[in-house]
Amino acid sequence: MTAGRGDIFLAGVGGQGTLLASEVLGEAFLLSGYDVKKSEVHGMAQRGGAVTTHLRFGPKVYSPLIEPGKADLLISFEKIEGLRFAHYLRPGGALVVNVQEIYPPSVATGREPYPADALERLAAVTDRFFPVDALAAALSLREVRAVNMVMVGAGSRFLPLPEGAYVEALGKCLAERLVEVNVKAFRAGRALVQAEAGSSEKGGMRR
Amino acid sequence: MSIPKVSIPADKEGVRLLSGNEAVARGAFEAGVRVASAYPGTPSTEILEELVRYEGVWAEWAPNEKVAVEVAIGASMAGVRALAAMKHVGVNVATDPIFTASYTGVGGGLVIVTADDPELHSSQNEQDNRHYAVAAKIPMLEPSDSSETKEYTRLAFELSERFDTPVFLRTTTRISHAKSVVRPGEPSGPPFPPGFKRDPAKWVMLPVNAKRRHAVVEERTRALRSFAETFEGNRIEWGDRSLGIVTAGVSYQYVKEAFPEASVLKIGLAYPLPERLIREFAAGVSRVVVVEELDPYLETHVRSLGIAAEGKERVPILGELDPRIVRQAVTGEAVPLRAPENLPPRPPNLCPGCPHRGLFFALKKLKVAVTGDIGCYTLAALPPLDSMDLCVCMGASIGAAHGFEKALGAEGPGKVVAVIGDSTFLHSGVTGLMNIVYNRGCGTVLLLDNSTTAMTGAQENPSTGKTLDGKPTHRLDLEALCRALGVEHVYVVDPHDIQKTEEVLRREVGRPEPSVVITRAPCVLLPEHRRGRKTRPTFEVAIDLCTGCKACAKFGCPAIEWAGETARINPLLCDGCNQCPPLCKFQAIRVREEKP
Ligand code: SF4
Ligand code: SF4
Repeated sequence: MTAGRGDIFLAGVGGQGTLLASEVLGEAFLLSGYDVKKSEVHGMAQRGGAVTTHLRFGPKVYSPLIEPGKADLLISFEKIEGLRFAHYLRPGGALVVNVQEIYPPSVATGREPYPADALERLAAVTDRFFPVDALAAALSLREVRAVNMVMVGAGSRFLPLPEGAYVEALGKCLAERLVEVNVKAFRAGRALVQAEAGSSEKGGMRR
Repeated sequence: MSIPKVSIPADKEGVRLLSGNEAVARGAFEAGVRVASAYPGTPSTEILEELVRYEGVWAEWAPNEKVAVEVAIGASMAGVRALAAMKHVGVNVATDPIFTASYTGVGGGLVIVTADDPELHSSQNEQDNRHYAVAAKIPMLEPSDSSETKEYTRLAFELSERFDTPVFLRTTTRISHAKSVVRPGEPSGPPFPPGFKRDPAKWVMLPVNAKRRHAVVEERTRALRSFAETFEGNRIEWGDRSLGIVTAGVSYQYVKEAFPEASVLKIGLAYPLPERLIREFAAGVSRVVVVEELDPYLETHVRSLGIAAEGKERVPILGELDPRIVRQAVTGEAVPLRAPENLPPRPPNLCPGCPHRGLFFALKKLKVAVTGDIGCYTLAALPPLDSMDLCVCMGASIGAAHGFEKALGAEGPGKVVAVIGDSTFLHSGVTGLMNIVYNRGCGTVLLLDNSTTAMTGAQENPSTGKTLDGKPTHRLDLEALCRALGVEHVYVVDPHDIQKTEEVLRREVGRPEPSVVITRAPCVLLPEHRRGRKTRPTFEVAIDLCTGCKACAKFGCPAIEWAGETARINPLLCDGCNQCPPLCKFQAIRVREEKP
C-alpha cells in the first residue's frame, strides 16, 4: 500500500473543465494504488455557476466530502472561487489559483466591481499561495480548453505522484486525439510552479 | 448517431472509479436487467445514460416517471428483471402505480431507484423518500458508496423475486454523484427463464383481488422484518461502548470519518427496520445518537422502541451533512473555521446564446404574472431577468395560470402567462392545456421548444425525434398536439428575434381565447448548434460608440461584461446569437472583425 493520504479541493466556474481535471487526478491516484473518493455536483454545471469537486485519496477513504478546514490542497480555476472556498483549506495547506477573472452576474451587469484586492486576499489565506496564469499557458498551446490540465499540472507539484501517473491517467480519461495537447498543458502547468523543498516526491500529505 | 454498445466495460486492473449512478447501471446489468425506463432528473439521470450502453438491455426515456414505472411493471409481469429510475420528486409523479405494484408484487425482479437531493443542489424541495417505503410497504435498500450501490442493486432484484415485491433503492446526491472504487462482477441473470404466466388474481387489482393481495402484503412485511434482523447490510461495528451511532447511507461515511472509534449500527435496509438488532445495539452502548440526513426517520423508529436516542435536536434536519457537521452535532462543540469571505455570488446563469434569454427579456416588458416551470428557464427568475412569479413542480405552470386567471374573474384574461419547456410540457403540461380549453380559459402558454431536455444535460424526448440510444424515431409534432387539444391559435416564433417575439406575445396575451406561442430554437448545448459556432460571427462593443448606458449589461448574457465605463463582450464566451445588438440604441454592438 502506498503511504500518504490527502484531500484536494477543486473550485471553478461551470464550463472550465473542473470535472475532467478531477477525473484525471482521481484516475491517477487509483492507478497508483490508492483508495479514492470524489464528489461533485453536476446537473447545472453548464450555466456558469460555481462548481466544486472534493477529491480524497489514502489507504482507506470514508467520507466523499472533505471536511471544511482540512483540505491539503485547494486548486482554484478562478480568483473569486479560490476565496469563496478558502475555508476548506487547512492551516498551512497549499493554494494554487488561476489568476483568470470570470465575472459573476453582479459584476458583469455592473452592479458591483470585481474585487480588486482578490490577489492580496488570497495571499493572506496561506503562506503557500501560488498564483498561475493558466489561461495564458493554454492560449500559448492554442487550446483554451486546456486551462484545466494546466491547473492539474500546477497542482500536481503538491501531490505525491510521479509525473508518469498523470500522463497515464490522461491517456485513460481522454479521447486519443486530445491526449497530446493535454499532456503538454499538464507539463506547462507543472513548470509554472517551482517545487517546494521536499513537497512533491516525498508523498505523505499531512493529516 | 447512435450510442455504441459495450459488452463488459470492466477495466483490466479489475477496479474502476464509478459514480453511484454508474454503479446502479453496472449492478443492474450484472443482475441481467432486461428493461429499464426513466425520466431524466438530477441526480438520477446518468443511470439510464449508462445502462443503454450495455448489451442486452432495453433502456428508454419515458415521458414521465409514472410511465417509466408502468413500463417496468409490464416488463416484470412479462417475467424479466426491470428497473425504473427517478429523482426524489419523480417518485411523487409515479406513486400511483408504485403503491398498487406493492399489492400485485412482481414477476421478474422490479427495482425502483429514488435519487434524493438533500441540500437541493438541483431540486425544488428536499423531501425524504424513505417515508414512501413505509407508506407503500415496499422494502428499501440504502447503500453508502458505489461498491455497495452495485451490490445492493443486484440484491434488490433478488429480494424482489424472493419476497414478491417491488424494491426501492434509495440514493442521495452524494451517493449518485460521488465516485468510489468498484470491482465489476460477471453478469448472472435471474435464476429462472423469462416468461409470462397468466395470473389475474395477482395482477388485476379489482377490489376482490386487491383485498386478498393486501393480506399478502402484510404477510410479506412480516417476513421482511425477520429478514432484516439477519441481513448482513444491517450490521453492528462494535467499538468504544460509550458512544453508539445509528446511521445509514452516506451519513455512515461521515460518522466513520468523524468517530472512527465509536460503535456504529449501520442500516442497509431502511425499511423494514431490524428491531431486535436496534435493541441489541442500544443495550450495548451507554449513549445512542442517530445520525441521518433530512427527516428523523431512523430516529422515530428507534425511539418508538422505547430507546432514549438523541437525534434531530443535535443533527441538522436541513441540507446535507459532512464529517464536520456530524462531529459538532455529536460532541456539541463548535470547531472554529475561517470566516467566509464577502464576495459577489455566482449563481448558475442561462448560457451565452441561450434562446430563453431574449424571450424572458421580452416577456418582462409585458408586465404580466408569469407562472413558470421546471427547466433551465427557471433561472430567468434570478436578476437581471427577474421575470418569473411561480415555480412549483413539473407541469404546474399551465394549471396554475388557469387558476390565476379564473381567480380574477372578468379581469383575469391577459394578466398571466404560463412558461414551460418542450420536455416538461410532454411530461405533465399537456393535461393542463387540455383543462384550459375544456374550462373556457383564455390562457397564453409559452412553449419553449429547444429540442432537448436541457437542464439535465440534453436528453432526448418524444419531440426530439430520437430515443435514448440516439436512434431516430417518430418526432412528436407539438403544434399538432396543441391543436388537437382544441387550441386554435398556435404560433411559432424565433426567440432570438426579440422584437418579433415581443410583438407576438403582446398580441396573444391580449387575445380572449387560449393560445400557445412556441418559441423554437435549439439549446446551445446541442451539437447542431455548436457546429455553427465556427462560422457564426460573434460580436463586440465599439468603445467609441458606447455611451455607458448599461442597456446591454442588463440583459444578463454571461458574455457581456461591464468594464467600468463601457461594456465589452468576452470573445471566449460570445455565442453569436445576435440577440443583444438591437438592445443598443447607439449601434455600438457590431460584428467582431477578427476571430479571437
Ligand atoms: S447598450 Fe450600447 S451604449 Fe449602452 S452600455 Fe451597452 S454597448 Fe454601451
Ligand atoms: S454577447 Fe450578444 S450575441 Fe454574444 S452570446 Fe451574448 S447575447 Fe448573444
